[in-house]
Amino acid sequence: MGSDPAGSAPATTPADAARPSAAPVPTPPPARAQVRPRSAPRQPVSVAAEDVTGAQSLVRSLEEAGVDTVFGIPGGAILPAYDPLMDSTRLRHILVRHEQGAGHAASGYAYATGRVGVCMATSGPGATNLVTPIADANMDSVPMVAITGQVGAASIGTDAFQEADIVGITMPVSKHNFLVTDPAEIPRVIAEAFHIASTGRPGPVLVDIAKSALQSRTTFSWPQQMNLPGYHPVTKPHSKQIREAAKLLASARRPVLYVGGGAVRSGASAELRRLVDLSGAAVVTTLMARGAVPDSHPQNLGMPGMHGTVPAVAALQRADLVVSLGARFDDRVTGKLSSFAPGAAIVHADIDPAEIGKNKRTDVPIVGDLRETIAELVPALADEHARQGKPDLAAWWATIDDWRETYPLGYTHTDDGHLAPQGVIQRLGELAGPDAIYAAGVGQHQMWAAQFIRYERPDSWLNSGGLGTMGYSVPAAMGAKVGAPDREVWSIDGDGCFQMTNQELATCAINDIPIKVALINNSSLGMVRQWQTLFYESRYSNTDLHTGHGTRRIPDFVKLADAYGCVGIRVEHANEVDAAIKRAQSINDQPVVIDFHVSRDAMVWPMVAAGVSNDEIEYARGISPAWDREE
Amino acid sequence: MTRHTLSVLVENKPGVLTRAAALFARRSFNINSLAVGPTEHEGISRMTVVVDVDDLPLEQVTKQLNKLINVIKIVELEPDASVQRELMLVKVKADLSTRTHVLQVVDLFRAHVVDVGTEAVTIEATGAPDKLTALLAALEPFGVREIVKSGTVGIGRGARSITDRAFERAVRPA
Repeated sequence: MGSDPAGSAPATTPADAARPSAAPVPTPPPARAQVRPRSAPRQPVSVAAEDVTGAQSLVRSLEEAGVDTVFGIPGGAILPAYDPLMDSTRLRHILVRHEQGAGHAASGYAYATGRVGVCMATSGPGATNLVTPIADANMDSVPMVAITGQVGAASIGTDAFQEADIVGITMPVSKHNFLVTDPAEIPRVIAEAFHIASTGRPGPVLVDIAKSALQSRTTFSWPQQMNLPGYHPVTKPHSKQIREAAKLLASARRPVLYVGGGAVRSGASAELRRLVDLSGAAVVTTLMARGAVPDSHPQNLGMPGMHGTVPAVAALQRADLVVSLGARFDDRVTGKLSSFAPGAAIVHADIDPAEIGKNKRTDVPIVGDLRETIAELVPALADEHARQGKPDLAAWWATIDDWRETYPLGYTHTDDGHLAPQGVIQRLGELAGPDAIYAAGVGQHQMWAAQFIRYERPDSWLNSGGLGTMGYSVPAAMGAKVGAPDREVWSIDGDGCFQMTNQELATCAINDIPIKVALINNSSLGMVRQWQTLFYESRYSNTDLHTGHGTRRIPDFVKLADAYGCVGIRVEHANEVDAAIKRAQSINDQPVVIDFHVSRDAMVWPMVAAGVSNDEIEYARGISPAWDREE
Repeated sequence: MTRHTLSVLVENKPGVLTRAAALFARRSFNINSLAVGPTEHEGISRMTVVVDVDDLPLEQVTKQLNKLINVIKIVELEPDASVQRELMLVKVKADLSTRTHVLQVVDLFRAHVVDVGTEAVTIEATGAPDKLTALLAALEPFGVREIVKSGTVGIGRGARSITDRAFERAVRPA
């Protein structure tokens, strides 16, 4: 060290700089309105502590956190909590048929309401059945709190009956988790769980509570002082970075706004619309952001990525500026990363600093809440326009319009006499309209639903984007319908996905949750089959499900719907599609399942094969755009 | 690949070590050493992690570490601006014929003998990792029976304290 060691600065590093030095955070910090539990946080007032059991304390805490709905199944370790739950007038508990259903329902509820979804399960297998929906919510940044029972504190670690280390198991797939063995901690931990789930980058938080804690006497008081010294999400963007982004956006000649799910989570649609209009830039909305900008907006090129539109994919590839707004450069969007948007400067705005620079080198990083970021970017851009004039984007739009004209989204009709699945989904979107909620499973039908339904609202489209969870649709639609009972809710599901979670039809039928299921039945695991067609010489290894036309129909979905107390409708011909959808729309006292028998040979196009450059997008099989034509 | 020393302030809560270690494991980062202990603030522990990693993945893993709710602050300790030490206990064969030579080495490195037997001595040594490596090399000819190291701990030079600043920010109301 030099001659003045005492005065030398301590080591500061990229690691140190990675966390923007926020001002002292109030405790509790203000949650974003979008996902704030209704009654929390609020100013601490002194409330006399009540003498209660841990279980009663849990129920009271959930009530105070603003919860009105819990999806779950009781079992041994969580049993104490279900007793006071029965007496609660503020909590509706919906008894599901499988814990996975509870988790996805909580997720669907969160989507539809913008609030934290809550699910509950017992220890061991109950808890492990929640792992998939927790991981799903983690990948898609869905605010969720999962409550699990744990064996009594004295038995933890002894391989007791129905013991599983669910905190250990969910560590890598949740935003945070807690193990509670002291009943006195229950209110504070619940308050912290809801705060963590709903602020910053939202995500799932698991609270594992030992049965002994639920059974013991304790005291309850609310509100709770939170103690989270390591949690300070940065919401206010850096003004210098905003100005830098505005400068780039004002001078780019081929700008693209790359809009991701963060736009939906932060409730930024109104601000985003102003930015879109002011900038004149091309807009792409990812799978997680369909509807964040209306599909009717002339600058919206649709979805980018592996099954994106040619104009959306091409615009990113040819852009000189990509402004990422709440997106994360996922491999399904970028294709081969090294050749993604090769000529573009990158502005990356995200609430999560770890996303910035994770996959793609960033020129202008902006950490903050997206709604605040865009709200500040709009006037900054207007200032730049006043200073340097609006950029002339006519040539860029001429190029894009040429792509749009040459490569519109479309599909070919089938030649095997079965329905074209794309046509069914498109028609469903037209009849149900932009105010309905659509929840897709995972696979071909998910991609078609993302492509062929026109989304006008940010809260109309639910799907499992990051984890790709088959079985997501029915329970997610159920949760969405509970959260938004006045909206028409469609589960768009495949015959493979549907068989993973259709037991929740029982939950829907019994609890008066009249969802509608459009089953896109191609009698196979369609997306896997498509890959077998394209990459495995049409060798269809284990993708035939025997549920469709000309098979033994195991199961027969119409009979299955009937058995679950739902209305089942089978549609095998194009001229029956409208009538079936309209009939389903007219039934509001029962769930409805429409079994659409579609062609198994239909494929999702366009497509960028896994691991290749987006430049190699195929518009249809073997047909790639001739990029140089217009240059 | 370069060697980096991270000082990580964490809440002293169950599972925090697992959470941090799992992040390194997920990215296949080899943790060279890891030492944890309490700090001057009750409820706050300090981990010193030494990893061999390139700058870009290091930035990503520190950002991921920062996302852990129980992690309060992360600082990279630059070798020039910090003091880094490790404690080593080493059991060396030493009978009557070699003991004097072993003790000479111990004196040379300002180490201490903490246990003496008829066939071996146990030596305690503290120092920067380089010094301990040199000591081991000098003891090697006598026959090293057993080694245990504490892992590197480090602290920034100068008057400022990373715990103070982090802790004040954490608890002070707005």
